[in-house]
Amino acid sequence: MNKIPNRQAICQTLLKYAEKDKSIFALCSDSRGSAGMSPFFQQFPEQTVELGIAEQNLVSIAAGLASCGKKPYAFSPACFLASRSYEQAKVDCAYSNTNVKLIGISGGVSYGALGMSHHSAQDIAAMAALPNMRVYLPSDRFQTAKLIEALLQDEKPAYVRVGRNPVEDIYSDEACPFELNRATWLRSRAQTVRVALITCGEMVCPALEAAGLLEREGISVSVLDMYCVKPLDKAAVTEAAQNADIVVTVEEHSPYGGLGSMVAQVVGECCPKRVKCLSLPDAPVITGTSAEVFAHYGLTGRGIAKTVKELL
Amino acid sequence: MENKELELLSWNLRRDTLDIIMAGGGGHIGGDMSLLNALMVLYKNHLNITPETVDDPDRDRFVLSKGHAMEAYYAVLCHCRFLDLDDVKAGFNKFGSPYIGHPNNKLPGIEMNSGSLGHGLPVCVGMALAGKRDGKKYRVYTILGDGELAEGSVWEGAMAAGHYKLDNLCAVIDRNGLQISGSTEDVMSHKPLGARWESFGWNVLEVNGNSIAQLDKAFSQAKSYMGKPTVIISQTTKGFGSPLMENRPEWHHHLPTEEEYEAIKADFQKGKEAVASE
Repeated sequence: MNKIPNRQAICQTLLKYAEKDKSIFALCSDSRGSAGMSPFFQQFPEQTVELGIAEQNLVSIAAGLASCGKKPYAFSPACFLASRSYEQAKVDCAYSNTNVKLIGISGGVSYGALGMSHHSAQDIAAMAALPNMRVYLPSDRFQTAKLIEALLQDEKPAYVRVGRNPVEDIYSDEACPFELNRATWLRSRAQTVRVALITCGEMVCPALEAAGLLEREGISVSVLDMYCVKPLDKAAVTEAAQNADIVVTVEEHSPYGGLGSMVAQVVGECCPKRVKCLSLPDAPVITGTSAEVFAHYGLTGRGIAKTVKELL
Repeated sequence: MENKELELLSWNLRRDTLDIIMAGGGGHIGGDMSLLNALMVLYKNHLNITPETVDDPDRDRFVLSKGHAMEAYYAVLCHCRFLDLDDVKAGFNKFGSPYIGHPNNKLPGIEMNSGSLGHGLPVCVGMALAGKRDGKKYRVYTILGDGELAEGSVWEGAMAAGHYKLDNLCAVIDRNGLQISGSTEDVMSHKPLGARWESFGWNVLEVNGNSIAQLDKAFSQAKSYMGKPTVIISQTTKGFGSPLMENRPEWHHHLPTEEEYEAIKADFQKGKEAVASE
């Protein structure tokens, strides 16, 4: 079992480039520990800014730094970053089009037992609705590292959501195909299948597991890792839908405005097919560990496989 | 520029502001008039920004946090050659025009978009931090409204500026005492205003913001004050320059009638002549 959470992969990637590129800045809102960014704060204090518990300030100050040529990475729990400082993301990042990378840590139900205040089940919808803002949910540590390397190369705002705990590796050092804003095919590209599973973030792993279970029962499945929720890889969505009887999306988010909504929009427009969106409910999410929460809502390999079979 | 020249210029810029508002069918005229002197003194005597240096990494930075005072900002930007006054008048508030009612950073000389209050100061904290970390000499300025001070994000920014001792940062509060619903002190009291900023680690200067000489001196004092950011509490008169508008909250946003326009124009002319005859 992998022990490196995606947040740590972000820190390692930034550490790798910060020595050479002094414009890389990390900003935290009393969140450097939970962001896994303590090593960066220790090694590059001149490239860090601590703001205390003040997410609005975090985002505006990041925008000010960006306007002066810095590459700020602003870390805060996704539940606060995408709601408390939403207007700062809208005005100072998206509207002014500043090179701020917003890193929503402990996303989704990572803080499952802490209640709805600490769940971020609306962040994809909120951030994706902002013009100029891109939204990424990398699946594992390898893809996270590739994503951050790619984001270091551009000068536009983006929101990245990662979970708190380590997740199973999907890729490896040797095999991590990555192209910015292009989804990654994990199974059965260009084959006619019964089910296309389109997923992102921490749900990629259970979706793959579900695909394995279904294949064993003779149900063919393709799997698409849509880490780039915005801009959504429409070509990949269309291809997946064209080659399948039904499309099933799986995400750690509210049913509204997330990956499922966006995929359904594309499928409805480009190749109408049945789309089933598996997600958290439109209700305060039950509390517990994230594994317990996922199991409760059927967002596990077995749960997804069961729902898919019922659909067919 | 000498004070007398600036006094004369301020009446011209008031007139330009008024004409921009008339051309665009309305604007935040009351706040335009209260903040205009501070804006003009900054651009004429203190900021090192010119149309030729808008991308210079060593340029001073200015963010209009009180973004709705855009018509006065247009007047100053036009006078300083960043924009063309005829273009602004033709385009202001018009469909698809870049000359909108708040700062638009697609226009030359405008660093950041604003409009929603409580953003400018924290953004400037980021700019000032960048300057400090890079060992740059540039200074960072912002102008806030006093009604704006009810936004919590202002105080988050103030806290961080004090914490990081950003003496390259200067905030101006256009203290005209009025906001759209009436007196700031009735809507949400800011007293004791100076003590509040002091307690957040700021050097506090209080001036009569209708006085060009006092503003000019305060900006110079702020420049030489080390170890803390400076806030200039600029006591002003909303609608300054015409008794028709002065201290009347209903002029927060207004399109003068033709009669009012003529009367205000005449008041501005009188003001200018009084300076000229001094």
